[in-house]
Amino acid sequence: MNALLLARWQFGITTVYHFLFVPLTIGTAFLTAVLQTAWLRTGDERYLRATKFWGKLFLINFALGIATGIVQEFQFGMAWSDYSRFVGDIFGAPLAIEGLLAFFLESTFLGLWIFGWDRLPRAVHTACIWIAACGTALSAYFILAANGWMQHPVGYVLDSARHVAQLTSIWAVLGNSTAVIAFAHTITAAFLISGMLLVAGSAWHLRRGQHRDTMLPSMRLGLWSALLGGVGTAISGDVDGKIMTDQQPMKMAAAEALYHTSQPASFSIFTIGSLNGGKEIWSIRIPHLLSFLATGSFSGRVEGVDDVEAAEVAKYGPGMYHPIIPVTYWSFRFMIGFGLLAVLIALVGLWYTRRKVAAASTSTSKNTRGATWFYRVATWAVLLGPIGASFGWIFTEMGRQPWVVYGVLETRHANSPSVGAGTMWTSLIVLTLLYALLAVIEVGLMLRTARRGPGEPPAEGAEATDPQLGFAY
Amino acid sequence: MTLQNLWFALIAVLWCGYFLLEGFDFGVGVLMFRIGRTEAERGVLLRTIGPVWDGNEVWLVVAGGATFAAFPDWYATLFSGFYLALLLILVALIVRIVAIEYRNKDTDSVWRRRWDWAHSIAAIVPALLWGVAFGNIVRGVPIDAQHEFTGNFLTLLNPYALVGGLTTLSVFTLHGAVFLAAKTTGELRERARRQVVWLGPVAAASAVAFLTWTLVRLGASASQFGVTLGVAAVAAVALLGGLLATWKGRDGWAFVGTGLAIVATTAALFLALHPDVMPSSTNPAFSLTVTNASSSHYTLTVMSWVALIFTPLVLLYQGWTYWVFRARVTTQPSSA
Repeated sequence: MNALLLARWQFGITTVYHFLFVPLTIGTAFLTAVLQTAWLRTGDERYLRATKFWGKLFLINFALGIATGIVQEFQFGMAWSDYSRFVGDIFGAPLAIEGLLAFFLESTFLGLWIFGWDRLPRAVHTACIWIAACGTALSAYFILAANGWMQHPVGYVLDSARHVAQLTSIWAVLGNSTAVIAFAHTITAAFLISGMLLVAGSAWHLRRGQHRDTMLPSMRLGLWSALLGGVGTAISGDVDGKIMTDQQPMKMAAAEALYHTSQPASFSIFTIGSLNGGKEIWSIRIPHLLSFLATGSFSGRVEGVDDVEAAEVAKYGPGMYHPIIPVTYWSFRFMIGFGLLAVLIALVGLWYTRRKVAAASTSTSKNTRGATWFYRVATWAVLLGPIGASFGWIFTEMGRQPWVVYGVLETRHANSPSVGAGTMWTSLIVLTLLYALLAVIEVGLMLRTARRGPGEPPAEGAEATDPQLGFAY
Repeated sequence: MTLQNLWFALIAVLWCGYFLLEGFDFGVGVLMFRIGRTEAERGVLLRTIGPVWDGNEVWLVVAGGATFAAFPDWYATLFSGFYLALLLILVALIVRIVAIEYRNKDTDSVWRRRWDWAHSIAAIVPALLWGVAFGNIVRGVPIDAQHEFTGNFLTLLNPYALVGGLTTLSVFTLHGAVFLAAKTTGELRERARRQVVWLGPVAAASAVAFLTWTLVRLGASASQFGVTLGVAAVAAVALLGGLLATWKGRDGWAFVGTGLAIVATTAALFLALHPDVMPSSTNPAFSLTVTNASSSHYTLTVMSWVALIFTPLVLLYQGWTYWVFRARVTTQPSSA
């Protein structure tokens, strides 16, 4: 493998890995803040124990999120120096602003939150977790503005003498439609993914009939977060699809492996055969659906790969302008499929934990057969969201290839000329092994912490259990 | 003052802030086992930096982002050129973050001891390598006409840069000891003060050697020689003052002394560097400078406004955090 390919693998592995923690961090920060606010407003100590329990899981994820985040900032310069030179005038600004506005906010107020339980007034302390949560969302906005510019470059001119892109309007970059919709898609997905974490953790305890006082409210909060987040993800994803069809027609064509422009275009749920434009052996198709996804009209015209390719050759000169079609085809389906499955499970869960059923099972402390099965499935369903989100990023980044900045800079001209394959091998191996080791440690710690549960309510007249266990060091 | 010089100064300020703050975090990590003899004691040491270390590290992230935004060429040449050194730093920073955050998430004593070791080693590596990196930036490295680094990892291991590494390692460790003396009580405080006895001379000697070498390399004919000499002198005096204050038992002033020494040393390096940002040892004509490596005027203007509005806010709430957690940390661990 050459240095370019290794740099791409490294970026892919480190970014997908980093993003496993990002939505969990954003979503659980807000959900923990909701629980703490419930405690603040009602004084019900169940909510306090729930806050600390989910807060601990949130912090375990947060640690790996920031640890792997530094790699992201550094590797643009390390492995992609030509990219950095070319786009630095535009791309660097949102990154620097992200640090100044968002990272300081989340790290500082999280420190206050973790260590401030007995030092700050309750309301101020609760405000700290809200501010930290807003910091995480804010950082998502700026990094998506940077990524949005790669998908749909706006607010710049090309300085052909210095061979760099030059910023002409920061507002165009920050207000880029691609960035705005990607932000909505990411934040709603964060609530879907984090909601499912609450669902999975609560389900594990509820199935065993333990910690009902804290786990039932957590379960309900998680289910609603997952359902509403899931619906939001679907709606924003739909809008995103239409913007993408407009801005990057190749990506939509590649999502369906649609080679020939069609009107109307059908959507295949499943295809057996070759996706390289050759023969299709068997597929399940929904008529008109692709037309709707791409254009909003059931009889809309969708450009095929071949026609977009011809247009891009005419525009950019001879070359290959389509991504690896099987990757985009399947990642698009897995993204949608895993996401929808999570929403479906949330719906089922809302049915099985509705007030009447929940009250009955609390009085007999026995679950119905249906609920038992739901809890079993829901514990594993925590994996659906992160898998779906990973495929989403693989789709959107691989679907833009061969471009790193759509229509402006090709990926093969973006890596560091001074970094050879030997260095890239070293760094790819070191980071992958380190990340794998950390994954084992973090999953183990998550499971131990989740199983330990939220602790029991303090006995009558007894001292409350140490509120700081696992929080302050 | 041009916007380019302003951003050179702001990046210098960010590195000063990073070394001032993360410097004592590193020092606490380095001294983990020298001062903390039991698991509970090491828990106390960890809690002295607990609420602030993450905010401190953001100074680095912002310094990196600001370099990318204001001087894309500098960012590109530096980060790709120093690839393996930065990889080592990254691995250490990752391990350190996880060690700090995960150590108390379980009560098992083997678990905690392992993370304490990981933390300690992961603090030594960047404390040493940042000095090596800055030594090389100031000294100049082989860079060709296309602004590409043409050396390798061994190019970076020259005597001047290694003295730089020794300086940051020893001064950060001293800074950490002084910080611990100011943040702990009883036996821990005494042990921290005893570390200063041997760390002080080592740090002072290497810092003076590094700064003197820097001034000699700069040469008396350089236009910024006078001011660089003055700032270097401030660093030396502040360091000695810090040691004196420790001896007198004035923990707060001792911390001010080592902190000022770190800021002044960093400032002296940036002064010696200016107007280059990355001098080429191959040919001075290939050097990256504040003018040829910078972003457009428009980008620098946007960034200046952002910095002007938000920096005071950040300083305000970070300062507030230090105020909230100003009390000394006692040996009574909150989590057993």
